[in-house]
Amino acid sequence: MLSETKISYGGRSPKFGVVVFPGSNCDHDTYYVLRKILGFEVIFIWHKRTSLEDCDVIILPGGFSYGDYLRTGAISRFSPIMNEVINFANKGGYVFGICNGFQILLEAGLLPGVMIRNESLNFVCKDVYLKIENKNTVFTKGINGKASLKTPIAHGEGNYFADEDTLKELEANNQIVFKYCSNDGTISKLDNPNGSVMNIAGIMNKKGNVLGMMPHPERSTDPVLGKTDGSLIFKALANNIFN
Amino acid sequence: MFKAKVLIKRRKTILDPQGKAVEIGAKHLGLNNIKNTRIDKYIEFDVNTTNKKSAEDEVNDYCKKLLANPIMEDYEFTLTEWTPSEEEV
Repeated sequence: MLSETKISYGGRSPKFGVVVFPGSNCDHDTYYVLRKILGFEVIFIWHKRTSLEDCDVIILPGGFSYGDYLRTGAISRFSPIMNEVINFANKGGYVFGICNGFQILLEAGLLPGVMIRNESLNFVCKDVYLKIENKNTVFTKGINGKASLKTPIAHGEGNYFADEDTLKELEANNQIVFKYCSNDGTISKLDNPNGSVMNIAGIMNKKGNVLGMMPHPERSTDPVLGKTDGSLIFKALANNIFN
Repeated sequence: MFKAKVLIKRRKTILDPQGKAVEIGAKHLGLNNIKNTRIDKYIEFDVNTTNKKSAEDEVNDYCKKLLANPIMEDYEFTLTEWTPSEEEV
């Protein structure tokens, strides 16, 4: 049996809410690692609900919400819960979109840019390495001594695109949080799995309270899967939000 | 009633890997003059009003907010008035 002991991070333990859309398929993985591996309080929130139940962090999980019809995330963005998520984010609440969750954040306008089909046209499912480009975010502060984070990706449309002005702004405001890199942290086209502009794997909004990333930290948190670098992101977040 | 026919096209600057892949098929078929294949979206629906202006407004709203993503896509549409038969209502 796994322990369900609550662990306190940074003095207070945050409450996580995992939004469940029709077609989400990483909702249970995320719930499982947050609760059973990391010991946080976590609840599921059905997309038709209109309350965030006093959660401190809202996670939009991976999957294929609404079958990815029209464009990835385009229909989920209009689910009733999204009005609450947008209000919450605008007031400074922490919102974390993983994979399809990132795509939903782009469609909702909480993050800039769009996601298009992988350059190779293949669905890519493999471990990749991430370089932390901004170590001073609530999601990354305190992750030290790592040249890269080993985290899996699994997507067909993870090719991040934004126009030049948007990219300049992202760079100027240090909003690029993760880039695809090699094991030793070198960034080159060779380690870009999907064609994303500038090897971008994850970005945040200007205020720094909304993060979207294509790789799946919840799939690299349970030690039984042989890699735990993803847990560092959840732990950093829990440590930093009340400090 | 109006029949709306919407064409949604990705901007030319946005890579269309699907179009590129399909064009490889054209080359394999020996169709060597085929160039610049782009795969876009065509969407058809009815707008249940007799007022053309309000039909246009509603289609524009639908396109801007949901059917097209203005960051990377442009849209155009036509409206054709038609009267449904009793079975079609």
